[in-house]
Amino acid sequence: MSTLSHLSRLEAESIHILREVVAECERPVMLYSIGKDSSVMLHLALKAFHPGRPPFPLLHVDTTWKFRQMIEFRDQTARRLGMDLIVHVNPDGIAMGINPFVHGSALHTDIMKTQGLRQALDQYGFDAAFGGARRDEEKSRAKERVFSIRSAQHRWDPKRQRPELWRLYNTRKAKGESLRVFPLSNWTELDIWQYIHQEDIPIVPLYFAAERPVVERDGALLMVDDARMPLAPGEQPQLRKVRFRTLGCYPLTGAIESNAESLPAILQEMLLARTSERHGRVIDHDAAASMEKKKQEGYF
Amino acid sequence: MNAEPSARAADVNAWLQAQSRKDLLRFITCGSVDDGKSTLIGRLLYESRLLPEDQLAALESDSRRLGTQGEELDFALLVDGLAAEREQGITIDVAYRFFTTERRKYIVADTPGHEQYTRNMVTGASTADLAVILVDARKGVLTQTRRHSYLVSLLGIRRIVLAVNKMDLVDYAAPVFEQVERVYREFAARIALTDIVAIPLSALRGENVTKPGERMSWYRGPTLMQHLESVPVQDEAAAQPFRMPVQWVNRPNQDFRGFAGLIVGGSVRPGDYLRVLPSGVTSRVARIVTAEGDLPQAVAGQSINLTFEDEIDVSRGDLLAAAASPAGVSDKFEATIVWMSDEPMLPGRPYLLKCGARTVAAAVAQLKHKINVNTLEELAARQLELNEIGLVNLNLDQPLAFDPYAHNRDTGGFILIDRINNNTVGAGMLQAALRPAENVQWQALDVGRANRSVQKNQKACVLWFTGLSGAGKSTIANLVEKKLFGMGRHTYLLDGDNIRHGLNRDLGFTDADRVENIRRVGEVARLMTDAGLIVLVSFISPFRSERRLARSLLGAGEFFEIFVDTPLAVAEARDPKGLYRKARAGRIRNFTGIDSPYEPPENPEIRIDTSRVSAEQAAEQVIAQLRIAGVIDRDWVFIP
Repeated sequence: MSTLSHLSRLEAESIHILREVVAECERPVMLYSIGKDSSVMLHLALKAFHPGRPPFPLLHVDTTWKFRQMIEFRDQTARRLGMDLIVHVNPDGIAMGINPFVHGSALHTDIMKTQGLRQALDQYGFDAAFGGARRDEEKSRAKERVFSIRSAQHRWDPKRQRPELWRLYNTRKAKGESLRVFPLSNWTELDIWQYIHQEDIPIVPLYFAAERPVVERDGALLMVDDARMPLAPGEQPQLRKVRFRTLGCYPLTGAIESNAESLPAILQEMLLARTSERHGRVIDHDAAASMEKKKQEGYF
Repeated sequence: MNAEPSARAADVNAWLQAQSRKDLLRFITCGSVDDGKSTLIGRLLYESRLLPEDQLAALESDSRRLGTQGEELDFALLVDGLAAEREQGITIDVAYRFFTTERRKYIVADTPGHEQYTRNMVTGASTADLAVILVDARKGVLTQTRRHSYLVSLLGIRRIVLAVNKMDLVDYAAPVFEQVERVYREFAARIALTDIVAIPLSALRGENVTKPGERMSWYRGPTLMQHLESVPVQDEAAAQPFRMPVQWVNRPNQDFRGFAGLIVGGSVRPGDYLRVLPSGVTSRVARIVTAEGDLPQAVAGQSINLTFEDEIDVSRGDLLAAAASPAGVSDKFEATIVWMSDEPMLPGRPYLLKCGARTVAAAVAQLKHKINVNTLEELAARQLELNEIGLVNLNLDQPLAFDPYAHNRDTGGFILIDRINNNTVGAGMLQAALRPAENVQWQALDVGRANRSVQKNQKACVLWFTGLSGAGKSTIANLVEKKLFGMGRHTYLLDGDNIRHGLNRDLGFTDADRVENIRRVGEVARLMTDAGLIVLVSFISPFRSERRLARSLLGAGEFFEIFVDTPLAVAEARDPKGLYRKARAGRIRNFTGIDSPYEPPENPEIRIDTSRVSAEQAAEQVIAQLRIAGVIDRDWVFIP
């Protein structure tokens, strides 16, 4: 009797979670953030409902500040897979002219992502939303449930979170309440990359190193993705070979200098980076890490 | 064991190859903060050298700022977030940590907390293959050590690591370790824990965690990590008979109907015979369908689709089981319950029970006793409070396919859900069915006449037509049956003459044989009402006592005595079968009305005066009476 590999087990568990939601919830949706975790989650959904299509739409809460390549990849992916894609932009945020350069990342994230997400969920009456968050992302996420119940106001009440035993998930909820469901809870970042490699899952090209116009601010490399980026007097975008470890709004996402143009190269770089970092190298992508954190606090 | 990813990085593809062969071990750590649990987990995370970069950097700065270990890294900071959580009033919970080595990926259920220890430990233990029980070498086996071990045993974890920590504080003395181990083994045997590996270690100094303890050369066993790396994983479910709860019926188009689920026991191949439970229907597996194509075999832990050779009725909540060793089915169980809600568990209160993909209504019929988790004493109790454990009898409103928890955690473990606030209020382990008929198909047990009647949208009953030969019983009964059939009802007509050609061929017309004739027909009619049918009996049945006997076999309101009242002269004049003539000629003996009496019913449910109504009108009269009696609904329209 052969033992299943850890990736096979993780895959089966995620598929189980995806199916459980479709079997027990009325109107699920998959939050599609275009990043590598979303790519893996979508790939798992394709497997879970084979030979049919996943019986739910994709929802992208667009802040209008995403990298252009992300938007291209999003539309191309939905077309290629024949998935329904709902793109929601918070009209209030547009009216207010929310701009991360002017208003800062906290307000931008709250209005464009958190408020935008709530609007979209309410507007379409979704009662369950898949998210690609992982428990290993941060210390505080380690105890997050796979099925997280939210009030009709989308609030997370720690006292109402339910114990999760075995493979039994309690999906019951009162009218107006909804679930956030995290099929990738038990995946680590390394698992994600290994799986992308094993399954040959398409990801946004920004993850791979290329010459890109960047400016350096507070130790972070920001890519000048369009003309909305205000440049300080004398500040000149330079072409540098960079890639991104996480993807979000381009003004809030730091790049790292890299030569990794392929998946094996990325993995090699990650592994090498680890050993040297233990000897005290300065971390050069704080912006990216804190972006992830904001996503969890606000977005989820 | 040391994972040295950097050494492999030069050949990433080879490294990836190795990674793809890794398996998964889930374990739980039990012990209080004082036992050095956080330090131990932190060290495992750190020494596996695959911490995310930002966490490593945070650890280094936090250690300088907040650490208790001077210039050293304080590994406890990697996992401690508890103080902050307490301040914020957040429930202390199970946290899941991840690390990986060359051989394995590990998921650690870290269950801190004192107040909620039972709820948290049970949750963490439910998915663990192994438990690491920490003991402070200075303190030895404590009450809480026993409590943790009992809960681990209760949740079915068989592999135990007794980690005797803080050996550095007892001068690495072998006798201290040996004493702790001896005391623990004595206790563990009482709760059926026998697979125990005891390891002396110092999490703080990193001795016998991943590297052998230099000052414990007297210890010949494995380091903690060596043991975790070598312990066999996940073979228990695979060794069980095939089980798969049907999660979802996959029907993307008319050409495909698959049953989706995660295999929780054994393995399956195309051609295998599976039984659908609780219905008991058996069929052969046609295909194992996955996105990777059809599989020749699938094993426990995989999520798949199955298709069958036959068109059978399968829906979410059914359990697919190996036909050769199917799961049991019952609606009454003995179970151990762990209560997880502030509101106490009260016998008789209805909850929802979810087991596999099936959710049914359930109530505790009896709380036999609760268990003191510190002393293992059994105590009488009227209710279970938060974190209490009890042995109960459970009643379900529907049958459930199950295995005893000791055989299969997924088909024996369940949660209880509050029907009002939807919270998960308890978890439990099915021990045994309280009905003796485990492994007998469900139909034989408990699908009763009521269920069958409801399924047929009617009330099962007997319409007993009595009257003289030639009175018109069969004619009217035939018309009634046709009408009922036309309305989509399920009927059967037992005709005296037909029965005498078969079942009662051995009976004549003596009084004794007449009684036996009616007894048999009455029994057959009763069986047919058990099957949910409306049974029409057309029998002369001349004696009141016989008809009373038939009536006594059925429940109140299920027996309609229909007296087809035709005067003897009229019947004899009709004489459709020429029987009266033969009787008058003495060629038939004991003929009712001629040389044998007919005792007319005194209080029939329906009396039909055939001298005043036609057969058609008589049949309409019967139908109308059945509507009034609620045997058939008034407004039901049958559309063929």
